[in-house]
Amino acid sequence: MSTATGTVHPMLKAKRRRETLRNLAFLSPWLIGFTVFFAYPLVSTVYFSFMKYDGFAAPTWNGAKNWSYVFNDYPFFWPALRNTLWLVVVMVSLRVVFGLGIGLLITKIKTAPGLFRTAFYLPYLAPPVAATMAFAFLLNPGTGPVNHLLGDLALPQPGWFNDPGWSKPALTLLALWGIGDLMVIFMAALLDVPKEQYEAAELDGAGPWSRFRYVTLPNISPIVMFAVVTGVIQTMQYYTQPLVAGKVASGVIGGSGQQFEPGYPDKSTLTLPQLVYNLGFQRFDTGSACVIALVLFALAMMFTALLMRRRSGFLSAED
Amino acid sequence: MTTNSTLAPPAAAPQLAASAHAKRAATRRAALEWIAVHALGIAATLFFVLPFVFVLLTAVMTDNQALTGDLWPKDWRWSNFGTVWNTPGFLTWWRNTLLYAGLGTLLTVVSSTPVAYALAKFRFRGRNTAMMLVIATMMLPPQVIIVPMYLFWAKQLHMSGTLWPLIIPLAFGDAFSIFLLRQFLLTIPKEYTDAARVDGCGDLRTMLRVVLPMAKPAIAAVALFQFFCCWNDYFGPQIYASENPAAWTLSYGLESFKGAHHTNWNLTMAATVLVMAPVIVVFFFAQKAFIEGVTLTGVKG
Repeated sequence: MSTATGTVHPMLKAKRRRETLRNLAFLSPWLIGFTVFFAYPLVSTVYFSFMKYDGFAAPTWNGAKNWSYVFNDYPFFWPALRNTLWLVVVMVSLRVVFGLGIGLLITKIKTAPGLFRTAFYLPYLAPPVAATMAFAFLLNPGTGPVNHLLGDLALPQPGWFNDPGWSKPALTLLALWGIGDLMVIFMAALLDVPKEQYEAAELDGAGPWSRFRYVTLPNISPIVMFAVVTGVIQTMQYYTQPLVAGKVASGVIGGSGQQFEPGYPDKSTLTLPQLVYNLGFQRFDTGSACVIALVLFALAMMFTALLMRRRSGFLSAED
Repeated sequence: MTTNSTLAPPAAAPQLAASAHAKRAATRRAALEWIAVHALGIAATLFFVLPFVFVLLTAVMTDNQALTGDLWPKDWRWSNFGTVWNTPGFLTWWRNTLLYAGLGTLLTVVSSTPVAYALAKFRFRGRNTAMMLVIATMMLPPQVIIVPMYLFWAKQLHMSGTLWPLIIPLAFGDAFSIFLLRQFLLTIPKEYTDAARVDGCGDLRTMLRVVLPMAKPAIAAVALFQFFCCWNDYFGPQIYASENPAAWTLSYGLESFKGAHHTNWNLTMAATVLVMAPVIVVFFFAQKAFIEGVTLTGVKG
């Protein structure tokens, strides 16, 4: 593209104007959507984070009070952040390792691979509410099949979703059950590793472990990175499963669910998105809800920037 | 390779015997590997499938047996599914979910396609910035902007208690769908659009007649993802529809179902099965498009 100079041929100018109009026409749905459903509410969130507003009376200036309330006095903030850290360290890394393992396994299966693949993939499709209800039943400490089987084997029977120390491991189990997305991504990456490299390694006398370590891993490391970073971003959005699990396990679930304080048992399933709901829609503290929203925004954007730096292919077009 | 060919001729005879021996060892190793791999495969299958099996078995137990720790139903109470189906509200939830998922998917595909096309095929200033913003919105938790969004729909447009605040925005492009479609459109060679232009095709016609027919798998994947996304949505209906049971969806209603039948695991599991089933049926019909779509999110680019 030549830069526009003072003397541009009128026909070229007309063509350029036509192209601009065409671009705007094609992009118009998103331009409107981005402005109305993203830019405006984001600015508005910043504004409300400095206001005292209960959703009914007119908002009034509140300075930094919402911010200091969230960081110093809101009892759910730090537990939610600690839980998020736990989920990032344990759940995300286990999901990546397990997803890679299942991906490797499926590329090695020679008999009825389609059947195995479907079985491994299916749980990923289960609607999160339904899957969480199913696990709340499977893992319920009284009559659940899992503790029943553990009892038969004379193994300890944890309280799962009813025990603060076991609720996050139970959620992790649920997350590992829905590994299908990572399995497919790893499977595709593994099949893309050039066969010649394996043959060369074999000729050099490399065993299965060395082949994995020196051929497979270097080839798929960008995908591992992708899985880790998107896993962290998904953890920032982790909402439905911990909320529903807490509600079902506590037994406090009714129609509108207004009364349930999230985090059961003992704040162990709190995540940041739940705090936005708790503050904004249960405690009618709009200002503080917006503070949490901005913390969430900052965290999500940080990891998104990391992802885009690592995978510039997201942005570049080939021409 | 080279070492092989230089070694082969002089040591031909002894190597033949050795290679037969090595071949047998290799066959044995291959058989052992086959057994190990498939044993692991079966163990993994149990982990993935047993939860479905237990849910199904409990769904057909009697009320009393569901309160025990039994794993196998004594009487097979298939009528539990009918009981759930006839629960007041259940059909309304179905209708609402179908409206949300169906209309939402249609609007998403129609509005996202031209945007993805422009981002993939046109050259203009700010294209990379636009793409960055699309990815940023895609990665953002919906909770970040929910407070002003709710005030906008509820206080200014008086639309809370309906699903419209969830459907209408989909007419203005969905970031994930734009991203996925654009990644696919990048793989369609420029020669096609150039040839269309030489033939006197306008941009709109080129997109509709030349490029989109080639992008059918990607469009199918986007439609499926969006359908499932609406079907599974819990947070959206919780915010906008919770005050009005007539607007609830399956995902949202399922939880209240548990509340109303808190001692009846059998009915709750029957309801769970009925919410899972459509998604699984759709998947069996569209497995290929779906898996291609997932691959596209991770591998391309």
